[in-house]
Amino acid sequence: MDKLRSIITYTILIIFGFTMVVPFLWMLSTSLMTQSEFNKQETLFIPKEEYHVWNNDGNQERILLVMDKGSTSVIHVLDEDLNIVEEYKEVPSNQIELYRKKPSLHLSNYIKAFKKVPFGLYFYNTIYVSIVSLVGVLITSLLAAYAFARMEFRGRDFFFYLFLSMMMVPQPIYMISSYVLLDKLNWLDTYNALIIPWIANIFTIFLFRQHFKALPKELFDAASIDGCSTFGMLWRIIVPLSKPVIATASIFSLITSWNSFMWPLVMINRPELRVLQVGLSYFNQEASTQTTLLMAASTFSIVPILILFFFAQKQIIASYSRSGMKD
Amino acid sequence: MKTKWKISPYLYLLPALVIVVAFRLIPIVMSFILSFYDWSLQGTGKFIGLANYSKMMQDQVFWQSMGNTFWLVIILVPATIVLSMFFAVMLNKIKYFKSFFRIIYFMPFVTSLVAVSIVWKLIFNEQTGLMNTFLGFVGISPQAWLAESRGIFLIMFERFGWGNLPQFFHGPSQALFAIIIMTVWKGLGYNTIIYLAGLQNISKDYYEAAEIDGAGKGRQFWNITVPLISPTTFYVLIMTTITTFQTFSQIYLMTDKGGPLNTTKLIVYYIYERGFDVLEMGYASAVSLALFLLILALTIFQRRMEKHVNY
Repeated sequence: MDKLRSIITYTILIIFGFTMVVPFLWMLSTSLMTQSEFNKQETLFIPKEEYHVWNNDGNQERILLVMDKGSTSVIHVLDEDLNIVEEYKEVPSNQIELYRKKPSLHLSNYIKAFKKVPFGLYFYNTIYVSIVSLVGVLITSLLAAYAFARMEFRGRDFFFYLFLSMMMVPQPIYMISSYVLLDKLNWLDTYNALIIPWIANIFTIFLFRQHFKALPKELFDAASIDGCSTFGMLWRIIVPLSKPVIATASIFSLITSWNSFMWPLVMINRPELRVLQVGLSYFNQEASTQTTLLMAASTFSIVPILILFFFAQKQIIASYSRSGMKD
Repeated sequence: MKTKWKISPYLYLLPALVIVVAFRLIPIVMSFILSFYDWSLQGTGKFIGLANYSKMMQDQVFWQSMGNTFWLVIILVPATIVLSMFFAVMLNKIKYFKSFFRIIYFMPFVTSLVAVSIVWKLIFNEQTGLMNTFLGFVGISPQAWLAESRGIFLIMFERFGWGNLPQFFHGPSQALFAIIIMTVWKGLGYNTIIYLAGLQNISKDYYEAAEIDGAGKGRQFWNITVPLISPTTFYVLIMTTITTFQTFSQIYLMTDKGGPLNTTKLIVYYIYERGFDVLEMGYASAVSLALFLLILALTIFQRRMEKHVNY
């Protein structure tokens, strides 16, 4: 009975697990097909190619079979670029055969996609913005969380609730006014627009604050007696003891900046400042019929995050699962 | 021993405070002010009082976007709760490959919405999409998906010959339903992980006691797991609702400007369109504020209810 139950459980998990990864597999396999293979839809996952050829006195010519009339067939003869060179030619059917090319992976799609759109530049912009924002977030959050957790000052509760209420307001609500504000600051179409508003992260401040509050008071008293300065305590005691929570915050920050889309879409017009996600969305509009290139571009846009995810999956999943718990 | 703090706490707080005030508080206040202006883009706008709000009340597309957003929430949130609880319970039971399945289920959540939207747009393509290929295996004729403006319930019931549904019961368009499927898929892993964490907090003693009393697995699930996991359910309910209200990227990337016939136009997409396509920033701010009030009400509701759902 228990065995049966566990077989059913695994079966369901495998079937649904399959639906979770199928879109990725399909994306990968499509990115390795030629466009004509994809359009024909003869294969779902493994790119393969098959076409008719005409054995013309030892020469094999690629053709398009128009009609099979039994003993003879009507064909179009094609050249290497698949243009028709001879139309409606009638030849004996026994000279025609189906040629199956072995499955081949068209890695060239990746090179083509990279040549069509400056994805290298978009990668650079994304990495630059992600790293600078991360450094900013860590600095502002460590300082602010330190003040909130271990200092007493007038207005602390006021500032705490101010931050808390600001965290509750979702981004789309202040999108329009932020645009107007950045316009007034002349920051539209600059890195500033992508970085400065995001170098403070309220969620990270609260995450750090909670962690700092839990550190034993004795540590600080001892350090204080040894003549450690206020900043020294943050740098020499708190930071070394907070590596896991700093790692968690860094992961959140990197994933969020890498995937952020609406903000850079709105704030940036100049093509040379586009981040990866925005570049990809423009490519989606321009190359909507070039499915295979689009899938190649999508694949390499998610690879860095997936690599990060596979290497740190335990930590990432644990971080997100903690994010749901209240203090 | 208590150290005397003077100016220094404020110095530590300052960097974060400047950013939060400049790029959260000020824009939020500005958004309120802008909603009373006729504000295009450059230059200064004209104060028009409540005109944006009265325009909003009569704006059919606004109400349609709100309606679409509600359909999204009403279908997506329960589906997410049921499915993620279901998977969490199963993942919690198994011994082998636990972390393998967790990785698989979590993968969509960490990948970018842009890339997966592009893929799902192709999956829902009528001629070349994977979805219709799979439906073909079970004998369902190809569907238009993202190009279909008719309601999903209407389409389902028509198969049984009940084509005369009243307008309200047509449900969201098939196009919006496609978006819902994709969005559930994207967020499922996160919520499953949240449920798994919740399940691990339930003491095994309850189940052992129930076992001794002879309660079956089904009764254990309904009488122990479901009530004890309810704080998690409440968290998932509120958080999913709030994030679902903000859906934008899928619409931008998968549909033709919220089409067909505005049936996939969601409220945040409408704000974007009014603000940046039509350049009616004042009006877009008024719509933003309407969304803000909705989310605020939900947040307050959550704070109030929190006390009642904790066991």
